[in-house]
Amino acid sequence: MDNLIYEVSNITFRYPGYERNVLAGASLTLRKGEILCILGPNGAGKTTLLSCMAGLLKPLSGTIKLCGKDISGMSEREIAKLTGFVPQQHIPAFDYSVLDFVLMGRAPHTGIFSRPGAEEKARCLEVLENMGLGAIADKSYLDISGGERQQLLIARAVIQSPEAILFDEPTAHLDYGNQHRTLRRIKQMASEGYSVVITTHNPDHALLLGDKAAIVSRDGSVIQGTSEEILTEERLSSVYGMDIKIRYIEELGRTACLVPGL
Amino acid sequence: MQRSITGTTNKHTGRLVIPVLFVVLLALIMACLCIGKYQISPAECIRILSGKIAGTQQTWDGMDENMLIGVRLPRVMAAVIVGAALALSGAVYQGIFRNPLVSPDFLGVSSGACVGAAVAILMAMPSVMIQVSAFAGGIIAVAVTMLIPRMLRSDSGIMLVLAGIIVGGAMSSILGFIKYIADPETQLAAITYWQLGSFAYVDNKAVVSILPLSIIAAVVLLAMSWWINILSLGEQEAKSLGARVNVMRGICIVCSTVLTAGAVCISGTIGWVGLVIPHFGRMIAGSDNRVLLPASMIIGSIFMLFVDTVTRIAGPAEMPVSILTGLIGAPFFAWLLYRQRHILR
Repeated sequence: MDNLIYEVSNITFRYPGYERNVLAGASLTLRKGEILCILGPNGAGKTTLLSCMAGLLKPLSGTIKLCGKDISGMSEREIAKLTGFVPQQHIPAFDYSVLDFVLMGRAPHTGIFSRPGAEEKARCLEVLENMGLGAIADKSYLDISGGERQQLLIARAVIQSPEAILFDEPTAHLDYGNQHRTLRRIKQMASEGYSVVITTHNPDHALLLGDKAAIVSRDGSVIQGTSEEILTEERLSSVYGMDIKIRYIEELGRTACLVPGL
Repeated sequence: MQRSITGTTNKHTGRLVIPVLFVVLLALIMACLCIGKYQISPAECIRILSGKIAGTQQTWDGMDENMLIGVRLPRVMAAVIVGAALALSGAVYQGIFRNPLVSPDFLGVSSGACVGAAVAILMAMPSVMIQVSAFAGGIIAVAVTMLIPRMLRSDSGIMLVLAGIIVGGAMSSILGFIKYIADPETQLAAITYWQLGSFAYVDNKAVVSILPLSIIAAVVLLAMSWWINILSLGEQEAKSLGARVNVMRGICIVCSTVLTAGAVCISGTIGWVGLVIPHFGRMIAGSDNRVLLPASMIIGSIFMLFVDTVTRIAGPAEMPVSILTGLIGAPFFAWLLYRQRHILR
């Protein structure tokens, strides 16, 4: 397939010093413009899978192809040109200005003894402007809210101009409103042609995004399909070990994932 | 969150910071050339310097020339170089280890250089060999520090910091042993003097032979200043932005070590400059290493020059420099930490 962005085949991963395989024979695919939601219980290896796809961790066996090339043979720079990684949370050590922080996304396109110029700075301002963040461009990174920081991490990934963007639990540290604003942003990005992978603890987010879903099980295997195929009541109930209902809610015009009660 | 003082409040003055600091440094250099127990008037000073540069005929006092060119100028230049080198390597270390509390000697370079110098003093070597031995000691100590994480099969920055503590601790024990067996009349005083740092016996040849290497190291670090911003995001994020973290961090460590070891060769070990000056730099120039690194260099030079001139003119006998940098640096650092308490958690 020519529009295949990620092709993960049969990867196994174990953290050094541990017995358990976090990932065992995990496979999945991601096509251009697709959104893939990775679900799974705590500790099942969602973030590990994402880190392997970002080239931050090396699987023990199996292959990960990014735009047709095996990432084990690619440099950090080559991977970063094709994939942006949005971490769960950025813990700042120094207070860069918002603009300088976002500008760091140009790193994969900048030489080791070089720095981005005025043109790239202007492009950053444009992206911030488009995301409605133009007003805070001059602020210190420490003086903005958690929701705004999340937006900056996304802006930084956009500035990388990658094919795919990987989000590690993008909604974990956000309030209810910001969670859904981030999901809306992700959906919009997919429609602009980015291929997106997110990990989440909320199956309802996968239903809201309404594209592809994958579940990482405790045994390290992965199943993947459309979110309707994958997110069934039986499967979710068994993954999370409690009764979970999926209902079509007429007033909202969508299917939602709910817990009947405590 | 409260507004932090290291903020970008001075962002708009950012472009001006470097030239303003540079002018201050030049003015201070001129002042320090004139001030001393033997006074030279500023007019005479300018006449001698411009005459020397232009090669015009001598219209000034020979005593003044000897004092200025032979004694004071080398000493002032040494203070400028050492201050800049220590502040630059401190700022770089704080960036790449994303820890504002590290100083250039935390991988063991200063303690290693001290051991190197002490061994040479103990063996009654000539002063050139003491400098070579100090330089080698500093480099070897850092090399050992870098090897420890490799032996433990870990490439994390934390492991490197802990390895630095191990090497630093071992080095100070060795130094203690050398001081214990050294001849208290002659050798012990020389070792202590070396340990506390001084510009009183600056060796012109040492400065000239170390300068080219230091300039190369400084140019490399300044050229990488934007990437040091990237490294300061942490290993994972830097890697995901395409940085070869280990290679880049390695280059930064090698260059910073060369700078610090070179500075130790010129003046002995001088504490506090590499820790405090980058903080002060962040306060007036912001955190962006593209501005912070050159700003820290100039502030380091200004501070070192000021401290050395005070030791030179205050009191009947010259004090070692580290005594004064500590007396000024410690309370100053406490004040900086007080102002940064919101971001240092």
